[in-house]
Amino acid sequence: MATKNQTKIIAEPGKQELFIIREFDAPRSLVFKAFTDPKILVKWLGPCDLTMRVDKYEVGSGGSWRFIHSDKNGNEFGFHGVCHEVLAPERIIRTFEFEGLPETGHVVLETAKFEALPDERTKITIQSVFQSVMDRDGMVQSGMERGVSDSHQSLDELLAKGLS
Amino acid sequence: MQTRRDVFQAIADPTRREIINLVAYQSLNLNAIAENFKVSRPAISQHIKILTECGLIIMKKQGRERYCEAKLQKLSQVSDWVEQYRKFWGERFDELDNILEKMKSKKKFKKK
Repeated sequence: MATKNQTKIIAEPGKQELFIIREFDAPRSLVFKAFTDPKILVKWLGPCDLTMRVDKYEVGSGGSWRFIHSDKNGNEFGFHGVCHEVLAPERIIRTFEFEGLPETGHVVLETAKFEALPDERTKITIQSVFQSVMDRDGMVQSGMERGVSDSHQSLDELLAKGLS
Repeated sequence: MQTRRDVFQAIADPTRREIINLVAYQSLNLNAIAENFKVSRPAISQHIKILTECGLIIMKKQGRERYCEAKLQKLSQVSDWVEQYRKFWGERFDELDNILEKMKSKKKFKKK
């Protein structure tokens, strides 16, 4: 790729939300498809050293979803939620919960907006709203307690899994 | 149980998060902290022990009392996750770029 699109994360201190913003050199319908077609999703969403499996992915308002990442040692990390609204090709609103946390109930509300830009480009903005500031800053990391790995390298992976 | 002693372990528990919030504004002794919670004093004492082991609180003696003082610099480790998070998504999206390129060329091929 000649031009590299930058990924922007906005996480203001003391707030319980964060934003992921990224532009793509592809039309909106295509980007939306890459986010909603499970066969395409597994090709890019799973970290390279982990196997990603789609347990279910009912892309539609009221549908539920569950993904599982597994590592070489057979450790599995699940994530699930429900789709509140899927409005093709512009918006997906869903809940998200990482199953590896010490307690259940730490749910994140995610809104992904797909914006059509000139020249067949697309901008996506994903807003994640956590239940508290501490949830945002700490809940994903606390998943490490599950003893996935003590190495600091795995932090990326965990964060990834926490909010993929 | 595996003992992990770092800032993430410290803030993983809601009671410990509350304790940090309390002592962030002023140093407090154990009794003053325990007053704010329904759980037993020994339980609070245990949480404080973990927080000291994680380096977020230090105990300071003043006369006969021991006070908990917050050491919040360590919390900056938490903000590092934003960068790691960005890196993760950057890599995923770079991969998605490649896939979108393939999808685009397939589409063009079909049109012909």
